[in-house]
Amino acid sequence: MIRFLFKGLIRDKSRSLLPIIVVTVGVMMTVFLQAYMNGIFSDSIESTAKFSSGHVKVMTSAYKNNLSQMPNDYAITGVVDVLKMLRTDYPDMTWTDRIQFGGLLDAPDSSGNTRSQGNVMGMGLHLIGTNDEINRMDLSSTLLSGNFPKKRGDILVTDELCRKMNLKIGDEVTLMSGSMYGDMAMYNFRISGIIHFGTETLDRGLVVADIEDVRYALDMEDAAGEILGFFNDSPYDNKRAVALSDAFNAKYTKTDDKFSLAMLPMSGVGGMDFLIAYSENAQFIIILIFVFAMSIVLWNAGLVGGLRRYGEFGLRLAIGENKHEIYRSLIGESLLVGLIGSVIGIVIGLFFSYLMQKYGIDTSGVMKNSQLMMPTIFRSQINVTTYYIGFIPGVISTVIGAALAGIGIYKRQTANLFKELEN
Amino acid sequence: MKTIVEVKKLIKKFPVGTGFFTALNGVDLQFGEGEFAGLVGPSGSGKTTLLNIIGSLDVPSEGEVVVLCKSVGGLTPKQAAQLRKEELGFIFQNYNLLPVYTVFENVEFPLLLLNIPAAERKKRVLETLEWVGLSDKINSRPAQLSGGECQRVAIARAMVKRPLLVLADEPTANLDSDNSHKILQTMLKLNEELKTTFIFATHDEKVIGYLKRIIRLKDGKVVDDVVV
Ligand SMILES: Nc1ncnc2c1ncn2[C@@H]1O[C@H](COP(=O)(O)OP(=O)(O)O)[C@@H](O)[C@H]1O
Ligand SMILES: [Mg+2]
Repeated sequence: MIRFLFKGLIRDKSRSLLPIIVVTVGVMMTVFLQAYMNGIFSDSIESTAKFSSGHVKVMTSAYKNNLSQMPNDYAITGVVDVLKMLRTDYPDMTWTDRIQFGGLLDAPDSSGNTRSQGNVMGMGLHLIGTNDEINRMDLSSTLLSGNFPKKRGDILVTDELCRKMNLKIGDEVTLMSGSMYGDMAMYNFRISGIIHFGTETLDRGLVVADIEDVRYALDMEDAAGEILGFFNDSPYDNKRAVALSDAFNAKYTKTDDKFSLAMLPMSGVGGMDFLIAYSENAQFIIILIFVFAMSIVLWNAGLVGGLRRYGEFGLRLAIGENKHEIYRSLIGESLLVGLIGSVIGIVIGLFFSYLMQKYGIDTSGVMKNSQLMMPTIFRSQINVTTYYIGFIPGVISTVIGAALAGIGIYKRQTANLFKELEN
Repeated sequence: MKTIVEVKKLIKKFPVGTGFFTALNGVDLQFGEGEFAGLVGPSGSGKTTLLNIIGSLDVPSEGEVVVLCKSVGGLTPKQAAQLRKEELGFIFQNYNLLPVYTVFENVEFPLLLLNIPAAERKKRVLETLEWVGLSDKINSRPAQLSGGECQRVAIARAMVKRPLLVLADEPTANLDSDNSHKILQTMLKLNEELKTTFIFATHDEKVIGYLKRIIRLKDGKVVDDVVV
């Protein structure tokens, strides 16, 4: 009997081919969109993580509580030991120390008097002798001219700051800031390169120097404001980061010790929680939209097909099936169509997603003047969800479509199904 | 003679607007095994309604219809389907063949529902198609057949499970005179050889000529019932 119905399904193209095409297209779009949005979200999450928040960040608890002020008077001391401990305890993660600071940059004229001044935000990173941070933060793409710091005293400044303060490569500048102990600190740098991020807040006044210089300048020997941690084997995983932080804090954070260590997952940073929650739920929004749209299309296709098939249903009733059996076989058919369409759609969708993951779309030309910190190459990101997400709209919508269309069988009296086939 | 169908004080009312339309108004009839009987009357006289109730596709409003010792008004939809599956055959004016299936598959369909094994199915389908003279068309699709051939497939489909009772609603309405006579001769032969009971609904004089019993309906009432 099932074989008999299957034969009919295959031979009747309007019942098989047409809905399979509808499902395939819808599923393909769902899969592609999921991978695409996943790519965009995880790209912007990843670039934010790499640039400032890490997947997790270790600080002192006082620093953590005043994170936005970057209070270096609460910096981690004995950083070498802390790093050693972190690298031993979490061998599957990468740890790197950074110092963030604020200050005033002063450009002297030839006689030593102030020529121009500007407020700056600064970052101290491992730059000399290693490319790790340059690669991680994709700094190469921001370097307009000059070099990354090669020797002590080298500093990078943004192009806008250069324009405002009338600076050029090779100029001497003095950084004035507060030391770790709260007194005034001054240090002379030489501009080695000019950078541009394409983000207003950063370009207005960011300086980047080697972390050892910054330590010296701010009197922070063997100290760092923050230690960023990254999962080696995966992009940001919120559950994992939260669990890791909770366990870490339970072990190290002491409420009565401002200098006890504390870990913050990326989602704990203001603003990021929303992005992360949104990226996790975006795929369900896509599914919902597609289930809804495809159900309506398939419902209508099912209604048209169903009307055409009232003759068949009437006959099958006469031959001795009951309405439940016919309804059930209708649902079974749709399930089959949904599964076949889903599999084809997923394969095609994955193929396009893969291409989009591998090659991406380069929008750097279009996005030149964007104020957003956005990746310039849009890439898809296939994850586990990409493989099965298509089944949800593919199968649910065909079954809903058939279930709605098939209600007509029950609404009509048996004898009336015959009327329709008599006339 | 064994009684196959018993219709007792049957009334059928259809809801129309706020009231009712009485399509059958007190019908009393009996059909025995091997009858070749016809419900004859003008359009709207209640022939199809009566045939549908006998076929357990519809239920009485009042009175009782007993088919093969089962009262159709008291059957659950599942029991009614069971009765149709095992004992009844239907033939329609429009043949109602399934277009995507071959002649063989259309005739095989009722046997699939009865879970008859494949070898037995094949034997019976071929045998039945031979009775109706379509052995050379088993792999054709309905669209490739003439109207008369289609109706012969429909007869084979109704007969293949050897039902006790076949209900035929205007079976010749779409056929020319030549084909009408052919299918009527086929059905008469089956009636005589297999003792299958046939009940027709018709206003076609050609059909009436073959009937062994003529029941005249008018406005939902039996006005005449003669054996010829
Ligand atoms: N489902 C229904 N609802 C309302 N009226 C109906 C219904 N079925 C049949 N009728 C009416 O009952 C009468 C008898 O119909 P029917 O049995 O089809 O007549 P016949 O087959 O003799 O032409 C007709 O007037 C028809 O309009
Ligand atoms: Mg009629």
